[in-house]
Amino acid sequence: MSQHVLDKLKARFGTSILETHSDFGDDTAVVEPSQWKAVCQYLREEPALDFDLPVDLCGVDYPTRIPRMEVVMHLYSIAKGHRVRLKARVGDEEMSGAELDSVTSIWPGMNWLEREVWDMSGVRFNGHPDLRRILMYPEFEGHPLQKTYPADRTQPLVPYRTEEEAGLPLGKLEPFGPDEGMPFGRGGLPRVVDHEDD
Amino acid sequence: MEPLDIDLEEGELELPADPMHLNMGPSHPAMHGTVRIVLELSGETIVKADVQIGYLHRGFEKMSERGTWAQVFPYVDRLNYVSPMLNNVGYALAVEKLCGIAVPERCQWYRMVLGELARISDHLTCDGAMAMELGAFTPFLWFVKAREMVWDILEEETGARLTHSFGRIGGMANPPSRDFKGLCRAALPKILELVEQGEKMLLKNRIFIERLESVGVISGTDAVALGWTGPCLRASGVAYDIRKAHPYLRYDEVDFDVPIGRSGDTLDRFLVRLAEIRQSKRIIEQSLERMADEGPINCDDPRVVLPDKMDVYTTIEATIQHFKLIMEGAKVPKGEVYSYTEGGNGELGYYLVSDGGGTPYRVRIRPPCFQITGGLSKLLESRMLSDIVPTFGSLNMIGGECDH
Amino acid sequence: MGDVNRSLTVTGSEQGFATTRVDALLGWARKYSLFAYPFVTACCGMEFMALTSPRFDLARFGAEAPRFSPRQADLLWVVGTISQRQAPALRRIYEQMMSPKYVLAFGTCASTGGFYDNYTTVPGIDKIIPTDVYIPGCPPRPEAVLDGLMLLQDRIARNERRPGVVKPRVDPLSSVDGLVKLRRSAQDPRELVPELKREEEAAMALAGPVAEAPPGAKR
Repeated sequence: MSQHVLDKLKARFGTSILETHSDFGDDTAVVEPSQWKAVCQYLREEPALDFDLPVDLCGVDYPTRIPRMEVVMHLYSIAKGHRVRLKARVGDEEMSGAELDSVTSIWPGMNWLEREVWDMSGVRFNGHPDLRRILMYPEFEGHPLQKTYPADRTQPLVPYRTEEEAGLPLGKLEPFGPDEGMPFGRGGLPRVVDHEDD
Repeated sequence: MEPLDIDLEEGELELPADPMHLNMGPSHPAMHGTVRIVLELSGETIVKADVQIGYLHRGFEKMSERGTWAQVFPYVDRLNYVSPMLNNVGYALAVEKLCGIAVPERCQWYRMVLGELARISDHLTCDGAMAMELGAFTPFLWFVKAREMVWDILEEETGARLTHSFGRIGGMANPPSRDFKGLCRAALPKILELVEQGEKMLLKNRIFIERLESVGVISGTDAVALGWTGPCLRASGVAYDIRKAHPYLRYDEVDFDVPIGRSGDTLDRFLVRLAEIRQSKRIIEQSLERMADEGPINCDDPRVVLPDKMDVYTTIEATIQHFKLIMEGAKVPKGEVYSYTEGGNGELGYYLVSDGGGTPYRVRIRPPCFQITGGLSKLLESRMLSDIVPTFGSLNMIGGECDH
Repeated sequence: MGDVNRSLTVTGSEQGFATTRVDALLGWARKYSLFAYPFVTACCGMEFMALTSPRFDLARFGAEAPRFSPRQADLLWVVGTISQRQAPALRRIYEQMMSPKYVLAFGTCASTGGFYDNYTTVPGIDKIIPTDVYIPGCPPRPEAVLDGLMLLQDRIARNERRPGVVKPRVDPLSSVDGLVKLRRSAQDPRELVPELKREEEAAMALAGPVAEAPPGAKR
């Protein structure tokens, strides 16, 4: 659909564009992380491209691969009507080195999106004016959307009431026990029934 | 003793003044759902506003990775819970894009009608709540009465008033009921009548207009740079509507206008939504004309669509197919896709990553009101405290969507 | 609530006629003039708005007046999902309310956390604050909520502090078929499957004439 965007990117940045594809009609370019901001600047300022709407920024975790975290950005141009997806792969197993330059100065709308990627996936953005958690509370430890974070590990801010205090059972009543639910594996990490977290 | 009436020059005698910090906490009548705004005030003027969201973060994206592709539909409903049908349709279209299937024509019209009904419900709620917060309780009740009529139709179709979970990959859960067209055609004029009554009451009221006009102004370029889409962007003069720019379903075959505002203030956002209700009515009427009365709703791709119940009870192949689809999920081909539709608040996008299995690898929702709420602090700079209420109301921040 | 009652008892005597009358009067007054604090977070808030609308009028129960200050409210409607981030705010609001106070868990997310069994949702507000009535549903129909409100009013009148759960009006298991009748199917589902029907007729014939349980009776 907007193959010319990818062509221009490849012409301008050469080997910094690691790979491109247009599966399912979406034009995608994988960018060298050090060139992230330069590519974004080019996309914003080049008159023929004019990507003025920052659509989305998210992180996708591929823990079996190094680099592990893929930061995916979608951009759109209102005047020209074309879209592009940019990706950058950062971070090793321990998520060290998971850093990118912030593009908040190019699109102010990326401010909150970058905070969300930091919060959920753990990628730092250098030069961000105010990088703090946005969806989780500041006392939360860990980054929930990483695959290594178990989905049901809670970190309560208010300690739960005990059954003596409440005077009645607060856990799941019969016939539903703590291991209710689908016994079939869903892939991913095995679910450990950890009663201390209740 | 020294004379007390010393001639002082202006500004020599300065009283120390600290800025006041005020917390409009997460539980607040005007903070729809839950948002916390920490304000730094100097008198009544806002010096700085720190908008904190996340009080309704329900981990939708993490939960999607634990079920099947079809089990995401209930989660998706509860994102923008005032227009859940639009979320359902958007997600179904995203998975269908990844699977490479197209639904039959009758289903496309059906999805359009249900989606536009949901959009009407969304705009009615937003405008009604905005009026209520400014003190006009009666138009709120009228709009809620109109919304009940929309919900009656949706209840007859889907079984639930609010969170239908009616979309399915490859179609819808059930075909339209026998009297669907009659119900819609009967309800729409009544809904419009109530909207007009509400308009008449509100738009002639000097106080209402003055509280909304020139409040929370944002220019088109600023809004675009912030990532705004939808009615809030169109109120600032930028004519970007996905239904016109990149039509999906059958939006290119119906005739409707896209209301654009002029000044980008709260009044424009209010009026754009009211105008969009009328355009949605036009779309629904045309779609009902075009929708066939008979025909399949689900595409007949056995990889994603559940077989007929009678076959499941009587043949073994259908039982196995049913079992595999329910237990393991539809096997969506490997790859990633970004699919976008016009939600109630703007561009509702789904970025799906599939590893070829029945469980999604990653479902990312691009919530329109996340970006819009990100611009709130800019809108509130150097406004007064009482301007927060209509400004925030006009953005239609839905907690479930913003905090996903 | 118990404190208030004790102060009215005449010292040295048991609960006499006069104090029971006063209790009844207080219970009646409290239940019909509940000042609600709507702690609205999520989708159930839409049904809460529908409750105040003319169709499912909440005003006829005397419970429509919202008081957005916890000091002035005596019924805390917890409407919608409570996330871990929101929990301290909810606890604070509850603590600021003055007794007698009641808590209504509106919706499945408030009752048990709903289907958000994850790192960010409180699995039911009873883990944080004591709850009086649970109204399941996602979102519950306004009629179910009104049932819950009436259940709460009943408990207030009887000074009963044990929590209660709103049951559906027609218990699907108590009817003789046990099969859920779909709204839009014009036929009885058993008609569609002839084998099932034959089997059932055979079983009924074997059992002989049996008094049929009245509809709605619990097994």
